[in-house]
Amino acid sequence: MSEYILDVTDVDKNFGGLRALSDINLRVKKGTVHAIIGPNGAGKSTLLNVIVGRLAPNRGRVLLGDQVLTGKEPHEINQLGVARVFQTPEIFPELSLLQNVMVPAFAKREGIFKMNFIKSLFAEKEVREHAEHLLDDVGLISQKDNIAGSMSRGDKRRLELAMCLGQQPKLFLLDEPTAGMARHDTNRTIDLLKRIKERGMTKVIIEHDMHVVFSLADRISVLAQGAIICEGTPEEVRNDPRVKEAYLGGESE
Amino acid sequence: MTNTKIVSPKQDLIYMAILSAVVLTMPIWLQPFGAAYPDLMQKFMIFGIFAIGYNILFGLTGYLSFGHAAFLGVGSYTAVWSFKLLSMNVIPALIFGTVLSGLFALAIGFVSLRRSGIYFSILTLAFAQMSYNLAYSVLTPITNGETGLQLTQGDPRVLDRMSGIEANASLPTPNLFGIEGVGYSGFYICAALLLISFFIYLRIFRSPFGLKLRAIKSNQNRMGYTGFSTRPYLMTAFVISGMYAGLAGSLLAVTDPLAGAERMQWTASGEVVLITILGGVGTLIGPLLGAGIIKYFENIFSAFNETVLLNAFSFLPDWLAHPVASVVGLFVGEGWHLTLGLVFMLIVIFLPGGIMEGISRLWRLVTRRNKAEPVAGTHENKEKEQASAGEV
Repeated sequence: MSEYILDVTDVDKNFGGLRALSDINLRVKKGTVHAIIGPNGAGKSTLLNVIVGRLAPNRGRVLLGDQVLTGKEPHEINQLGVARVFQTPEIFPELSLLQNVMVPAFAKREGIFKMNFIKSLFAEKEVREHAEHLLDDVGLISQKDNIAGSMSRGDKRRLELAMCLGQQPKLFLLDEPTAGMARHDTNRTIDLLKRIKERGMTKVIIEHDMHVVFSLADRISVLAQGAIICEGTPEEVRNDPRVKEAYLGGESE
Repeated sequence: MTNTKIVSPKQDLIYMAILSAVVLTMPIWLQPFGAAYPDLMQKFMIFGIFAIGYNILFGLTGYLSFGHAAFLGVGSYTAVWSFKLLSMNVIPALIFGTVLSGLFALAIGFVSLRRSGIYFSILTLAFAQMSYNLAYSVLTPITNGETGLQLTQGDPRVLDRMSGIEANASLPTPNLFGIEGVGYSGFYICAALLLISFFIYLRIFRSPFGLKLRAIKSNQNRMGYTGFSTRPYLMTAFVISGMYAGLAGSLLAVTDPLAGAERMQWTASGEVVLITILGGVGTLIGPLLGAGIIKYFENIFSAFNETVLLNAFSFLPDWLAHPVASVVGLFVGEGWHLTLGLVFMLIVIFLPGGIMEGISRLWRLVTRRNKAEPVAGTHENKEKEQASAGEV
């Protein structure tokens, strides 16, 4: 067993004639926060989609620990311990917050399919309390019976975080977790992410907001035009001339 | 109406008790409405079962099937065959009808559930129409085609003959160990089955399984990334609702032991969609209300004819009474579907959540006087429902 939880090897992905990812090699150490940054259209979200099984790569291989993820369905990959929050929050808008968090908790407990229509939801005390605890963690407990679709975008994101955290994933992928948030909300989310960092969960974050990246990441990979141009600690990346040229431009962070 | 609260089993028992009381006293409280005769009340029960079963699929998962009449038909044919071959007892008929419909649903669902949305609807419609045409022509040896499958004096009825029950001069009637399947006793048999079916349906609604089905309706994409394979869930819901339809179909045969192909036609599938939407898709009790209301008005309106109308308008001068009667006549009797269509349009436009939404709006109107409660999500929900109603 290697010290790397995520191991992406030689991944190519083409859309028609467009090469979205070329020769991606990415290794993420257990228990670290790894950020992927890069300009728009660099292929960051495509890379996440390849990891979670939404897209099949044209070449290459993705490993979680020593298990091959390539070629598996998204729900199988999730069951192996990969959870993801999306750029636009993917929640269950018609359900209550509590129910939203209970669904993934059932997935964690029961696997891909289980027929359980005799026992009442009310009797699933364990799952319910776990869900309430998670909502408390993200500061949404006071709204637990509200309908999720009516919340603000920031709250929806926090709900989605709670949903994923409930599964205690080995690998947690976050696609711009603070996009479209006000500064105040962003800071709350950073605090939350820092807190879960202490729990030793491995995270891969895609982010535009440099403030978020530099306050969270242990390592950073810079993606430009479908290729990783640089990888290192935040310090190294900050000072790398190639990065400055490709991404940060004239901006002096 | 959105069932977002997690309800304790105790509250559900109270719910069941109230429903049982309401259903079992129907012969009393329906009298002022002129609907307390057994035939109609049996229909309320049977279509109630059909509709709640349909609601498990459509209401919980959002998959709109346009072919559920096929399962109704399979249930009926199977029940009549069970009467012919085995016994006039309703128990084997109901069991075989339900199980065979379930198997049939398994086969149709296996193919149809490969697609979602409109394609799923079209696939189910195609299967139901195929079944209808098969029953009407090719399968005549089994279904007796146009004439419909009927009981005859000379049927084998193996089990009955073994236990020494012979048919006398008249045709035998389906019975539950001597309790006849027609008249008031027939109604009580149907009512008992409705209550059992409703109890199971309630459990499904309140269970983790039901929650997952609702999550599929809400966001199937998220469901995949949450680690659930959605197909087996949809498949199970489809088969369960097919079995409910099969049970309803066999009960139709119990109360009137003949089965015809028209029971499988797409209009019959459309009817259950209508009942569910009218009552309130995804609500617990809505489909029962829908079934009651549609069957009641079908009965009332289709009984009107020209003479009745002329009598009703006799207070008008003669030159006016005739035209008025003939215009109104378009909407009653044979043409009562015109009225149904209009009512349906009004409901979809103004009350997309059906009668249950109307009731909950009234309820809020009453309770708001007491406290200014936040009505979170109502607006968004309404838009959602309107969108889904538009898809219908």
